[in-house]
Amino acid sequence: MDLFGSFALLLAFVCAIYAIIGGIAAIRTRNPFLIKSARNAGMAVCGLIGLAVASLVYLFLSDNFSIAYVVQHSSRTQPTFLKIAALWSGQEGSLLFWSLLLSVYIFSVLWSYRSKHPELMPYVGVILATVQLFFLVLNNFIASPFKMIGVAGPGGVISWLTQPDGRGLTPLLQYPEMIIHPPMLYSGYTGFTIPFAFALAALIGRYPGEKWIHLTRRWTMIAWCFQSAGILLGAHWAYAVLGWGGYWSWDPVENASLMPWLTGTAFLHSVMMQEKRGMMKVWNVWLVFITFTLCIFGTFLTRSGVISSVHAFAQSDIGPWFIGFLILILSVCTAAYLKNRDYLKSDNKLDSVVSRESSFLFNNLILLVACIAVLSGTVFPVLSEWATGQKISVGAPFFNRINIPIGLMLLFLTGVGPLLAWRRTSLDSLKRNFGVPLAGGIVAGAIAWPLGFKDLFSLACVILSVFVTMTILLEFYRGARVISARGGGNIFSSAIQLTLRNTRRYGGYVVHFGIVLVFIGISGQAFNQDKQMEMTSGSQMRIGRYTLVCQAFDTVPGPNYTSERVSIEVMKDGRETMMLYPEKRNYGDSQESGTMVAISSTPREDLYLVYAGHSPQSDRPVIHAYLNPLVKWVWFGGVVVVLGTILALIPNRAPAIVMQAVAQTSPGTAHASGAQAIPATVHYEGRRFDE
Amino acid sequence: MNTKIKFGVGVGIILVTLTALGWVGVKESKTYYHTIAEISGLSQSELSRHMRVSGNVAPGTIQHLPGRIDFVLVEENRRLPVSYTGTDPLPDTFKDDAQALVEGRLGADGRFTADQVQAKCASKYEVAPTPSGK
Repeated sequence: MDLFGSFALLLAFVCAIYAIIGGIAAIRTRNPFLIKSARNAGMAVCGLIGLAVASLVYLFLSDNFSIAYVVQHSSRTQPTFLKIAALWSGQEGSLLFWSLLLSVYIFSVLWSYRSKHPELMPYVGVILATVQLFFLVLNNFIASPFKMIGVAGPGGVISWLTQPDGRGLTPLLQYPEMIIHPPMLYSGYTGFTIPFAFALAALIGRYPGEKWIHLTRRWTMIAWCFQSAGILLGAHWAYAVLGWGGYWSWDPVENASLMPWLTGTAFLHSVMMQEKRGMMKVWNVWLVFITFTLCIFGTFLTRSGVISSVHAFAQSDIGPWFIGFLILILSVCTAAYLKNRDYLKSDNKLDSVVSRESSFLFNNLILLVACIAVLSGTVFPVLSEWATGQKISVGAPFFNRINIPIGLMLLFLTGVGPLLAWRRTSLDSLKRNFGVPLAGGIVAGAIAWPLGFKDLFSLACVILSVFVTMTILLEFYRGARVISARGGGNIFSSAIQLTLRNTRRYGGYVVHFGIVLVFIGISGQAFNQDKQMEMTSGSQMRIGRYTLVCQAFDTVPGPNYTSERVSIEVMKDGRETMMLYPEKRNYGDSQESGTMVAISSTPREDLYLVYAGHSPQSDRPVIHAYLNPLVKWVWFGGVVVVLGTILALIPNRAPAIVMQAVAQTSPGTAHASGAQAIPATVHYEGRRFDE
Repeated sequence: MNTKIKFGVGVGIILVTLTALGWVGVKESKTYYHTIAEISGLSQSELSRHMRVSGNVAPGTIQHLPGRIDFVLVEENRRLPVSYTGTDPLPDTFKDDAQALVEGRLGADGRFTADQVQAKCASKYEVAPTPSGK
């Protein structure tokens, strides 16, 4: 099976080379047969990598301990779902998985546009195949997951060994989220390859107009959605597993996933400037180039051992390959830009500081500054060593000082931006749109202050959250009122109709609302408390309105571990409410241990209990209790963000009233799936219903 | 006033503020990397800075004491006694022979007081097939 897998990978490598060479020949000759065969080769890569992945999964499921990768990440007693998840829990397997996801994206793109955009697609195909080839080189020749374990015997004859059992997956990764978090995050990382390829293809091929943006909007949103979900699932994993009471520590691995998200978010917004006003063309092209580069750079950071991180993979020899690839990307992008930049001339100028355009500009500026701050903080040790010869790192205070004000400014723009008119906004419309929300925010602030929101940033966050939420609600209300006045029906069904008629705009509002919820959750951090205590049977600890009573301390066997467990009775406001069992699992396979945090989560606060080990003198368990307010809002906000993005991806329902205003598109086009529906939405998106 | 100038002023204010905040943040949280070997050669002012030192946990030296955890870090036969006084529980990977990264300050007695400890189990995440001759 390992031979089968290696061979499939090798064939995929050959196919990718053919897709590149054949594709370039096809661009030169415009020969329809060549175009088709290069495309088919690009799509075949997906099937071949699929076979390789299937054979690796088979090796895991059949406990084949002659394969080094299986030995390191699995064991006989490991539950089946973790044997499958072991596929992406190490360097080689996750790179293969990365290739698989990329090839699935490439297949979908090549397939869905197989008979469309004949001038653009051959370029796209070649660029996609080149990115795929890079990963296939790693999969085949640098970090193959199919390596067998062998020792050189007498006379240089290699004999293959089969281990009796594997070492098992690291306990930290033996957690249900391991199944979903890496696939989500990797789908995000790889997904940004698609807009990148289209942008570069349009630039190299001097493909006219904004078409590449329309074509890639959905792909970018899909990638963005996966990336957002992946980041939050990673945060949740850290929260639920690592046992230090928080979910974000500005670790290089976290930063690596955040950076492309920041530039990707900027891109999703600034493309609207190009669609509507023909501005920011250079900026957009570079944003998408940078986003893709950051995806590759992030992978390089976490896998090369350049920056030390708790999560990082061990130092390995793939670093130089990534540096080479990064140099290649940047030089191709720069060369393409220098050669064809005259085609990116802007159609319009900025008219006023108080306008939709400038709110987008500020949004982009701030997101980019956030990204630069995160980037420079992450690579600070490398930079400082290079500049001064001394390795210096910066910690959470650096990131928080810059990013908290940035976050609040973004929150402000989230509320203001969508309501400003294009070109310039009158004072009158400002009053009309922001009077009520602003008053609401101030009232909320006045209520929150006596309730204990004394921290400046938390108070600002409360005020802004209420302000933004009200602007969003007002938008739904106004639109719904127009529909209900014209077509009858109550305000709620009208709001649903309104949303379905312009999913991009109203889905966007839902995403904004989700972000508000995440911010509310984050602001709770200002009120975190924690306490540590050595406990015996019957001893009590008070934290906030909870009283913890230690009931028992015992050892419990599990499927592939034994666990030391503390049973704690939790009383809220003096009444018994529940039992919590923080534990520490000791895994026999790997001689490692894993902390299992016990969390009781309510919208108001999380009670988070960690069994911090037992005191060696008294043999009593030490319990560390954290009280983290509002954490649940972060996860809930994440769900809303994902749902909002999905809503924005749904094609618009045939608009009756709104479309009359825009006679140039027939209502029928909105029904068409995929790319053709996009231009239809573009014409009336952003139009105010009451104007 | 010209739109471009107005916009430029806005951008300028934002950039200057954030740069200032970043600078304060760097001052507050910068941590110098040193190896155990380097510590003996540092000047007095360098010794008083917040430092990050890495090494392996010497087997058998982890001592749980009230309010702190003591252990010894070893790197190339040089030893550094450490007291961890932070509040967060130590990571699961922290045990004998683990690769550890401690952050804190060096006391006058040569004992390092750490407010943060990170640990990585040396054998994990690593690609090193062990054909142990079985």
